Amino acid sequence: MELGGVIEYGLFFLSFVGIYALLSLGLNLQWGLTGQFNIGIAGFFAVGAYTSAIVTTAPSPHHLGGFGAPLAVGLVLAMVLAGLVAVLVGLLTVRLRTDYLAIATIGIAEIIRLVLKNEEWLTNGVRGIPGIPRPFAETPGAGTLGQSDGVFLLVVVALILIVYLALEAARRSPWGRVLRAIRENEDGVRAAGKDIERFRLEAFVVGSMIMGLGGALFAHFVGFISPEAFTPEFATFLVWVMLIAGGSGNNKGAVLGALIIWLVWTGTEFLTSMAPPEYVTQAGALRLLMIGILVQVILLVRPDGLLPEETAERK
Amino acid sequence: MSIEVRDITKTFGGLTALRDCSLTVEPGTITGLIGPNGAGKTTLFNIVAGAFKPDSGQILFEGTDITGLGTHRLFRRGIVRTFQVPKEFSRMTVRENLMLVPPGQTGESLAAAWFSRRAVRRQEEEIAAKVEDVLAFLNLGHVGSELAGGLSGGQKKLLELGRTMMTDATMVLLDEPGAGVNRSLLAHLVEAIERLKEERGYTFCIIEHDMDLVERLCYPVIAMVRGEILASGAMEDIRSNQTVVEAYFGNAKAGGR
Repeated sequence: MELGGVIEYGLFFLSFVGIYALLSLGLNLQWGLTGQFNIGIAGFFAVGAYTSAIVTTAPSPHHLGGFGAPLAVGLVLAMVLAGLVAVLVGLLTVRLRTDYLAIATIGIAEIIRLVLKNEEWLTNGVRGIPGIPRPFAETPGAGTLGQSDGVFLLVVVALILIVYLALEAARRSPWGRVLRAIRENEDGVRAAGKDIERFRLEAFVVGSMIMGLGGALFAHFVGFISPEAFTPEFATFLVWVMLIAGGSGNNKGAVLGALIIWLVWTGTEFLTSMAPPEYVTQAGALRLLMIGILVQVILLVRPDGLLPEETAERK
Repeated sequence: MSIEVRDITKTFGGLTALRDCSLTVEPGTITGLIGPNGAGKTTLFNIVAGAFKPDSGQILFEGTDITGLGTHRLFRRGIVRTFQVPKEFSRMTVRENLMLVPPGQTGESLAAAWFSRRAVRRQEEEIAAKVEDVLAFLNLGHVGSELAGGLSGGQKKLLELGRTMMTDATMVLLDEPGAGVNRSLLAHLVEAIERLKEERGYTFCIIEHDMDLVERLCYPVIAMVRGEILASGAMEDIRSNQTVVEAYFGNAKAGGR
């Protein structure tokens, strides 16, 4: 492969890592810090993707909108809508134990996927939404630069940096301390007079908004979305693997996990592509199996992940 | 800072855990609550501290009805409790366990955590200073940076007491503070409770099975059996109370102690 091709693939690869890093950071706030078992990541991811797609694409007879709004508006509204869905789910589940949150979120994610698939006026159903613009695609004078993966990657990296710094500040603050304490022992936090429901709801909503942002960036990166992109394997299961492998409770670990697991995931695609044609379908399932085995190995060898939560003195 | 329990009844399914219980915790006392296992002591604590609602009856705190208020509301009024099994935050340091507790921290708002960092830091420094005092008071200074999950059972009990010291509480409910604490730590615990009563004017209500500890620490002592209050008074009177002794040891050995 030529050098240009390698660089191009690298940019493409890292852009995906960046999108997954955002999902993993969102999950780290919910699970890593607060102990909330959200297995409906795909739902918030999809809400973000579709919101930004509908808001920013050119008007189309096939789905709601598009409204042709600037990308920034799309990203903000994606976060707002993902946040609103999280408020609804959160208000329903905030008093329940985390096992029930798991059931509720997986249900909501599937409902969202089915709505996206069936409400054609809204989403164009299974035919999906094409022509979702790249960042700066419309900027005068940008030319082909607006279509380059490099520019996209820069936008993603900048957003990850902002999210990472905001989450780190939150984690080290008294707010984050209450979240970690809720994870450790709910009764103890209640006995210290804290309004647990408020903290839980805030963590859940902020985490889901970050997932919504990840979804929006995904839509703008691939340019075309359909309900197929939001299945639990890719949008929920992989994110969990990333966070567990990277180190639950550690924001750096969440990003590192996204990088490493995406490397393994795409690596297995390369391996299975070498399988004889008659085994291609099985090979797809084999990839998920390999990731599953990898999680087992990580949990046995490094149960706290590659970068465990920092538990020493923080100041 | 008195608590008055009036005619509290609580049933769980067919089991009556408390039947028309009435008692008063007078201000400035260390009131002991004793009774055999299953007498309803912890249930009573749970009701007073807002974890359960009673079926009937009233709880008054300083003359105001507080029946059925949730734990965090009661906490704001100055009632704080500890647990029989310590509820420490295992994967957080002992210092963090204490720093969590003070009410009304600015930095507990996410907006403040992001945008008023200087104010939050200043408050954190004040709280940290208070934590050092509490750690010194309880002889836990050397383990301040350790994870709370690694403490011994007795140290966890001290930490529970320490958490009550991080509040502005006036009424402290201690559920078996002495259980699982070795002799030397126990002496320390007794001293800490007495000092808190003298220096800070705390009122204590203590559930305890260690009768020597109760005798040293508590006056008055209230004896409960099968969901009812049997007797109250000085420990020596309770010891010679025939009904209480029978409830504890059965008829045959009545008068044993």
